[in-house]
Amino acid sequence: MNWYGCWAFFKKEIARFYSVSVQTVFAPVVSTLLFLLIFGQVLDTRLDAFSGLSYSQFLIPGLVMMALLQNAFSNSSSSIIQSKMYGNLSFVLVSPISPLELYIAFVGAAIVRGLAVGMGVLLVGWVGFDLQWYSVGWVLLFAVLSAALMGGVGLIAGIVSEKYDHLAAFQNFFIMPLTFLSGVFYSIQSLPPFWQTLSMFNPFFYMVDGFRYGFYAQSDVSVYLSLFITLVFLVSVTVINLILLVKGVKIRH
Amino acid sequence: MNSDPVAVQFESVTKCFSRLQALNNVSFEVKQGSFFGLLGPNGAGKSTLINAMSSLVVPDSGQIHVMGHDVQKNYRQARRALGLVPQELISDPFFSIRDLLIVQSGYFGLRGRAQLAWIDELLVRLALADKADALTAQLSGGMKRRVLIAMALVHKPAVLVLDEPTAGVDVDLRRTLWAFARELHTAGHTIILTTHYLEEAEALCDKVAIMQKGEIKALEKTQDLLARHPYRYLRVTLPETGSFNPQDLSPELAIRLAEREANALLFKIEKSLAMEQVLAWLQQDGLNIQDLTSRDASLEEVFLDLTGAQL
Repeated sequence: MNWYGCWAFFKKEIARFYSVSVQTVFAPVVSTLLFLLIFGQVLDTRLDAFSGLSYSQFLIPGLVMMALLQNAFSNSSSSIIQSKMYGNLSFVLVSPISPLELYIAFVGAAIVRGLAVGMGVLLVGWVGFDLQWYSVGWVLLFAVLSAALMGGVGLIAGIVSEKYDHLAAFQNFFIMPLTFLSGVFYSIQSLPPFWQTLSMFNPFFYMVDGFRYGFYAQSDVSVYLSLFITLVFLVSVTVINLILLVKGVKIRH
Repeated sequence: MNSDPVAVQFESVTKCFSRLQALNNVSFEVKQGSFFGLLGPNGAGKSTLINAMSSLVVPDSGQIHVMGHDVQKNYRQARRALGLVPQELISDPFFSIRDLLIVQSGYFGLRGRAQLAWIDELLVRLALADKADALTAQLSGGMKRRVLIAMALVHKPAVLVLDEPTAGVDVDLRRTLWAFARELHTAGHTIILTTHYLEEAEALCDKVAIMQKGEIKALEKTQDLLARHPYRYLRVTLPETGSFNPQDLSPELAIRLAEREANALLFKIEKSLAMEQVLAWLQQDGLNIQDLTSRDASLEEVFLDLTGAQL
């Protein structure tokens, strides 16, 4: 393994998003907090998602996870599509970095950005609302695995996209709907049976539900089922990425 | 037979893009320490071949070895032995020149004081030291070209590939790059150069391959290729050629007229033909000759004869 090469690429990816951190970290934190401000204030006294919790308390972990998922996806997808557009992807492709090392670096950087944005939202929620911490371990486990999964999904999207338009379509017609319909804003127990069943096919639901369990020890499905589903998707996404990178699909010709 | 060790070996390399046969069973080798020119018209397959060396293009069949390492199976060693200066002026807008060079070094596992000192040396040698902390987006085309050369050299590769390094650069920079390439060659690097400027290849390369439609049309030492060419050129200077009518020439000279200039005629003469005979034809046609110069074919003329194409 060329671990130093992998580390160098990881650091470069961190430096890339850090150099535009207003756009990549602070703006998503602020826009996510707007959801908390609007939905939390309007619905706090009208909705009761989990027993013994205010709607805002219920909402915060969901919003943290939503921000984390979207930004982990954005980081790897925008990085690789920009590199393809500028042509500078070849700098790393001609170096002795293996497909696995590339994948680790891309996903590692996506995890860092996802966690950075998630932490920003969480800090405000922690200060302003009565968050409970049932298990930091579950919270961290789901945060890291989910960010890795979405970093990997972003990498696939970036690899197969040939222009920004393709990536925007992926984001708007796939990532955004699945995120919004994943139980961020509601418990699926409150949905009619058909929509409850449909939600069970949404992998994002398990990430949000498992993450929320770490705060309140309450969830719509077993936390172990959520962990299992998240791991299955993470492994699948990893395998797909490695196949794409080894074959050089749309990055080597 | 030349027993010098091989730097790069192409074995039956074939590549198709949809219906386009970009490389057709290309086989040749480049010896270590040579300054090798890869020439050909647009679309000949030069860049595809170079990109296959650096594994940016994956051949459909065949093998490529760089310093003995298969570029697919032993890609880490092969890539460590190769530095590529691409034709396109690519850059990374997020980073300064120095940071880019540090990052690129890191990809090769290189760090520490010695590497930083080498980066500083590259910056000085390529006249980039005063711009080291500038973002690449702020640089001129010539500077971006030099940054790409520095990036290709951060890991001190045994083989350096320059894909059209002087395309679109001014004369001063072209001469600077020539001098730098010569220096690298003298220092022991094997250099592979593709260029549209055939005088560049003629001046720098000890051996050239001429490609056309994905195939090697010629592969020889530059001097041998020029010497083997069956023609030489005779330039006949006249007071002026404005009123000159080529039909006034005898048929023997008319079929050998290659070019007509403002005050000269250029004849393409077989080397097998005695110059005495040509002079007799000129005398017979009664031309008012001011001067006569004879020269061998240039690499460009050899190239045109071999490919029938413009560069």
